[in-house]
Amino acid sequence: MMQVGLNHFLVVSTALFSLGIFGIVTRRNAVMVLMGIELILNSANINFIAFARFGNFGLQGQVMALFVIILAAAEAAIALAIVLNIYKTFSTVNVDEIDTLKD
Amino acid sequence: MTDPLIINLALMILFLPLLGFVVTLLLGKRIKAIYIFELFIIILTFIGAVALAFVKLNYYQNTDIVSQFTWINFGNVPLLGQTSIDLGFLIDNIAVLMMFVVALISMLVHIFSIAYMKGDKLYNRYFAYLGIFTFSMTGIVFTHNMLMIYIFWELVGLSSYLLIGFWFEKKSASDAGKKAFIVNRVGDLGMLAGILILYTTYHTFTFSQIFAQISAGHLPFNSEFWLTVTGILIFCGAIGKSAQFPLHVWLPDAMEGPTPVSALIHAATMVAAGVFLIVRVYPLLTGGALMFIAVIGMLSAFIPATIALTQNDIKKVLAYSTISQLGYMVMGLGVGAYKFAFFHLITHAFFKALLFLAAGSVIHSMHHEQDITKMGGLRKKMPLTYTTFLIASLAISGIPLTSGFLSKDGILQGSFAFGSLTGYWIFGFVGFLVAMMTAFYMFRLLILTFHGKPRDQHKYDHAHESSFSMAMPLVVLAALSIFIWYTPNPFNPEQGAILSNWIKAPQLVTPQDTRYNFMKSDIPAGTVTSTVPENSEIMYSESYTEALHQAHIPAMLLSLVLAGLGILIAFIFYQWKKVDVDKLANSIKPLYNLSYNKWYFDEIYDAVFVGGTLFLSKILSWFDINIIDGIVNGSATLTRTVSTFTGRFDNIVVDGFVNFIAYLSGFIGLIFRRFQTGKVQTYIVFVVFSIVILLFIFK
Amino acid sequence: MNIYDIVFYLFAAITVLSAFFVVTTRNIVYSAYYLLFTFFGVAGIYVLLGADFIAMVQLIVYVGGILILLLFGVMLTNKITNVEIKTGSVQTIPAAVGVALLAGILMASMLNTKWRSVETAMPSATTQGIGMLLIQQYAIVFELLGILLLIALIGAASMARK
Repeated sequence: MMQVGLNHFLVVSTALFSLGIFGIVTRRNAVMVLMGIELILNSANINFIAFARFGNFGLQGQVMALFVIILAAAEAAIALAIVLNIYKTFSTVNVDEIDTLKD
Repeated sequence: MTDPLIINLALMILFLPLLGFVVTLLLGKRIKAIYIFELFIIILTFIGAVALAFVKLNYYQNTDIVSQFTWINFGNVPLLGQTSIDLGFLIDNIAVLMMFVVALISMLVHIFSIAYMKGDKLYNRYFAYLGIFTFSMTGIVFTHNMLMIYIFWELVGLSSYLLIGFWFEKKSASDAGKKAFIVNRVGDLGMLAGILILYTTYHTFTFSQIFAQISAGHLPFNSEFWLTVTGILIFCGAIGKSAQFPLHVWLPDAMEGPTPVSALIHAATMVAAGVFLIVRVYPLLTGGALMFIAVIGMLSAFIPATIALTQNDIKKVLAYSTISQLGYMVMGLGVGAYKFAFFHLITHAFFKALLFLAAGSVIHSMHHEQDITKMGGLRKKMPLTYTTFLIASLAISGIPLTSGFLSKDGILQGSFAFGSLTGYWIFGFVGFLVAMMTAFYMFRLLILTFHGKPRDQHKYDHAHESSFSMAMPLVVLAALSIFIWYTPNPFNPEQGAILSNWIKAPQLVTPQDTRYNFMKSDIPAGTVTSTVPENSEIMYSESYTEALHQAHIPAMLLSLVLAGLGILIAFIFYQWKKVDVDKLANSIKPLYNLSYNKWYFDEIYDAVFVGGTLFLSKILSWFDINIIDGIVNGSATLTRTVSTFTGRFDNIVVDGFVNFIAYLSGFIGLIFRRFQTGKVQTYIVFVVFSIVILLFIFK
Repeated sequence: MNIYDIVFYLFAAITVLSAFFVVTTRNIVYSAYYLLFTFFGVAGIYVLLGADFIAMVQLIVYVGGILILLLFGVMLTNKITNVEIKTGSVQTIPAAVGVALLAGILMASMLNTKWRSVETAMPSATTQGIGMLLIQQYAIVFELLGILLLIALIGAASMARK
């Protein structure tokens, strides 16, 4: 195995990203979809920090990652509020049963 | 030169009345006693104005204090270059003196109004309007650029409109408000044009920068003619606001407003703003513009004076007298008597406000009777009002020991000297004639109102001396109409600090050969700005100083004799009744009618402008009905014919095509409907596949 | 192969494996616990990349905040009493194919790109530097984010109350 470098981190982040997409697409429960989104955000963060480390950008990448984390927190709060609303409206949180968008 | 104390004081004076306006207007309906807040504000403003005047005149007598900031920076505008708009204050001696006058009279009028307006259902709103007027007037006085002066200029116009039409249920009052507003627009249009010429030429609104560029030889359109035109255009604003001939028609009608308002706005301060504007832009006025100003001022002094001789409404007489006195000031500026003109502005503000407030006191006690032929004998009922009115009448007639004598004599002396230097004796001649007429009509008014026997016994019985809040302002203003505040020597105003140290004629910046001969300086134009401090006076030639000196004694004696003659005639006519006035009027019927009907200005304007507009619209309406409508109808017929054909075409060809498209869309929709499951996750799968495909294509 | 590499592979394995279980386990509560490990792994990777402050933030915000929030979401929207917190998957096959294709393309493009990688010394302590950036260069963004969090807070509260 070669020396751990930029590519290794990118591979990990790609894997996380793909798994996140997979989770979003396949899971029926809305909370699980949210978990998938968190995975994707984490993979993006790994990319930010990895490029900051190996691209000689100083701390700028890390600040961006920090902003992403803050946004993720806000997003999680709002998304859960939406999920609760969905639950009250449709009495279910299974996203595949909610298809009123069709009408 | 800036000084934080002075600038903060000025800011306070400017914004306190605005605060008073907002609070009083918003809470006026809820809290009955909110007008006390406005009173408190105006008293604070007055204290601020006194402090400002004290600091400025004592410690910064020879420096102008400027504070400015860049409001909008347009950057580098194509065709114009670097462009920005500065806002700021210019606090010089003239500004603080004017501010003192405004704040004092505004405060006295507030106090007077407490009793005068008592019981009015819009009591609080009245005080709110007074507040916004004080705010806008302060803005005009303090500003250092043309843009802000224009903004506040319109704001005082607005507050004047609101206050003239304050009793808007009366049709005549709301009409008078509209008339004042519209007539003022005519003048303001000229002013706007002048300001825009200055801005396009100099890219700045600031006075000092404009003056500096003119003095460096940079002229609008590179011609001295256009500099003159610009001066005249800006003066147009003053013609409107100061009710100068030929736009003076609005001021007499403005007397429909409450009398304290007439005292504050239409006698002492706002109408003087026009004079103040000329004072501000004085350096850029060429000889031609000054001559124009002098002629307008002369006409405005003469015509309303003749009208005032025969009017019977106490406020109308005072209104025409105001126009006439403003004409004096404008004429004084036009003939170069800058200091005396501004001095007259101050003294006139006090005694004319006094005249109006005293008239208000009379009107109040006579239950809103304004016709002097129904008054008479009020001297015994209202001794205080009588005394103060008498002092003011003496002052406006130019009798020694009063302030009016000092300033009016100065203007007459200036026009006399102007005549001897340039040969235009007409200004001096008219000035003296008007002085005599002024004395006559003022004492006619005084005698008819206060002397003799009561002509309306019923109203006379109910008349009473006014309460303290109405009497106090009268006493203060009467005191200020005495010479002692202005100069220790009642026959020579130049010995007082106000003329010798405080008011300084500005350095002219116009090219040498456009000035009056006696205003030319001996120093070549290019060096003037560099060697002469910005605050120094006009360099009058020696001959002018000499002529002014020589004119002093004859002008004084002549004006005294004429004023005395005017008063004597008034007493002969109305007190001792040696001459039958009606018979005299009949024997010069045409002249009398001309005066009584105000030279038919309203009728002429009605016929020319209103009638002209109506006539024009009749022609246009005929043109519309016969020609435009004909064209329209013809084209309508044509269109119908064409549309019959196109209708057929539509039905067969176009509809067929449209139906085909609709059928096609329906078919495609049938296929794609399968993809629209309504489930989010399915869509995401599509997105993922699409991204994959795109990455394949563009990798 | 030094200790740095070993630690990296350890964390990478934890991250990817637990992420895989997150998206495949049927029980939501288990998923949430696996997510905890994923976050830990990612935090470890941050430390390896020299981002110690971000790693701490990751632990505090994600593990301490977001994860708990998700768990609450699970409990509020499922009938706990019935132990019915299992959940199924839909369209697994097309999703797996699509995601595999996507991952393959992404990996291929990443590995084939010649990154202009500069080996720099490991930054010693990042907290002070990030703090300076936040209050100097990114001051406005920082303020805006504060406002955003406030809006999210109010918005979430008002939406959940309805």
